[in-house]
Amino acid sequence: MLSYILSRLVALALSLVVASLVIFVMIELVPGDPASFMLGLNAAPDTVAALRAELGLGGSPVERYLRWVGGMLQGDFGTSYTYRAPVAELVTARLAVSLPLALMALLLSTLIAIPVGLYAASRRGRQGDWSVMGLTQLGIAIPNFWFAMILVVIFAINLRWFSAGGFPGWDQGIWPSLKALTLPAVALALPQASILARVMRSAVLEVLGQDYIRTARAKGLSRRRTLTDHALRNALIPVLTIIGLQFSFLIAGAIIIENVFFLPGLGRLVFQGITQRDLIVVESVVMLLVFAVILVNFLVDIAYGLADPRLRRRS
Amino acid sequence: MTARLPLTLVAGLALTAVFVAAALLSLVWTPHAVDSLNIAARLQPASADHLLGTDHFGRDMLSMLMVGARTSIAVAIVAVGIGMALGVPLGLLAAANHGGVIDDLVMRGNDLVFAFPALVIAILITAVFGPSAFNAILAIGIFNTPVFARVTRGGALAVWTQEFILAARVSGKGAVRISLEHILPNIASLLIVQGTIQFSLGILAEAGLSYVGLGAQPPLPSWGRMLADSQTMISFAPHLAVLPGLAIIATVLGLNLTGDGLRDHLDPRLRRRR
Repeated sequence: MLSYILSRLVALALSLVVASLVIFVMIELVPGDPASFMLGLNAAPDTVAALRAELGLGGSPVERYLRWVGGMLQGDFGTSYTYRAPVAELVTARLAVSLPLALMALLLSTLIAIPVGLYAASRRGRQGDWSVMGLTQLGIAIPNFWFAMILVVIFAINLRWFSAGGFPGWDQGIWPSLKALTLPAVALALPQASILARVMRSAVLEVLGQDYIRTARAKGLSRRRTLTDHALRNALIPVLTIIGLQFSFLIAGAIIIENVFFLPGLGRLVFQGITQRDLIVVESVVMLLVFAVILVNFLVDIAYGLADPRLRRRS
Repeated sequence: MTARLPLTLVAGLALTAVFVAAALLSLVWTPHAVDSLNIAARLQPASADHLLGTDHFGRDMLSMLMVGARTSIAVAIVAVGIGMALGVPLGLLAAANHGGVIDDLVMRGNDLVFAFPALVIAILITAVFGPSAFNAILAIGIFNTPVFARVTRGGALAVWTQEFILAARVSGKGAVRISLEHILPNIASLLIVQGTIQFSLGILAEAGLSYVGLGAQPPLPSWGRMLADSQTMISFAPHLAVLPGLAIIATVLGLNLTGDGLRDHLDPRLRRRR
């Protein structure tokens, strides 16, 4: 198991190096001088020179790359020139919105998908199954930001149960903040739940075809107990993998959904970075997002190795 | 007896056909011009003249939706094309070199691109080159490449173990000729099904990118842009938001049903197992 973890760790490190190189080269591709690009056409030369010094633009590209990566390894993600604040601080503040949002959506979609998928599988080929499959097909086709807008019309504008956007901040109490994240999380969870429910259904069907299920039924276990004790547990392994893989979609979704609800999360930070040409923010936040995705996939790999010894030997 | 087409396939093809037809028709005719603004006639409800009403600039919603269909479909088709053009050869190469260095490189590269969500790629590209429909195509296309490489490799590996491949090798054909003449035709149906799914994902991605301003730029009508524009008016003109959303849903649903139906139709073994 140790050698398996080690080999995955090496792969993780390599992916991070290549990803950072790709991002660095992309940002280097920005035509012209980054400092004058950021400040626009009408900037005074001495302002540009000051920004150049501030950004640490001196030295060869290799030196700049090593400085950027070295800084990140020590928790220094550079300084945003629009916010006049360390990017690390900005990111931490924004994560307090984005992370709970993503986790709420993940929790919600899992809580919906697992029982629904189990139900559909247990009703295989009958009306319950067909309705679930039809509804999930619809759920996958609905863009989450559009669903978010519809939720705003119904629950914020007409029923006035929730506010249409904005975020009070955690220091205003947990309840108002959770309330502000509810509609975005529901919008984000819908397509995720639809995909997961379909995966859950086919995973349960796959398990139900196994010999040990027949044995369990033959020894007199009820249909319900077979489903919950045997089918559910074994079907959870592929479902967990998909939850891990869906993480990158969840991040992407959260970035867009934050725009619908004017939530001060990572997504808004990135878009403001783009419109205000704050490249350091874009560079570092993109690297962090990619790091999060690579890390989650690494953890899924490890979890898979723990659950299935055959995978360890194969790699 | 000929096999009956599955119901999902028929429904999916019908839905898809409606939107492809609308997109094609918009090339030669729309009920009203989409570039003529008429503020006096803004936010009108549905009428005989404007079947789906007008938007905040007095543009005909039906015409906007038709041109929007064209944008979405064009972006998604080109993006899938890029993904296939890059991904399929890579997948074939990896399968022909199974277990070798090239195979390993292709698969590692795949994992890496997967770590960049399409939106993150788009953010990078727009940060560098500025937002445009072209850059959206590029971002979605890059994201599509590893999907096709993976599907191609998986399918090709299964075909490589078949007897007729052995016969082809004995007759002296090289790996390239075998890949093109024997492997590719045998995984074509797999690629068509995956292409349909990626097509629908491409439409969703384009809508999302245009919605946040990273895709199609004004004045080019796009479903995502229409949704973004409608957001501030949603309390008094909800039809501006509802109609483009329904168009996206219907198109994506049509394509997904087509993909599912095609898979069942082309691979009867799958149908029985499911």
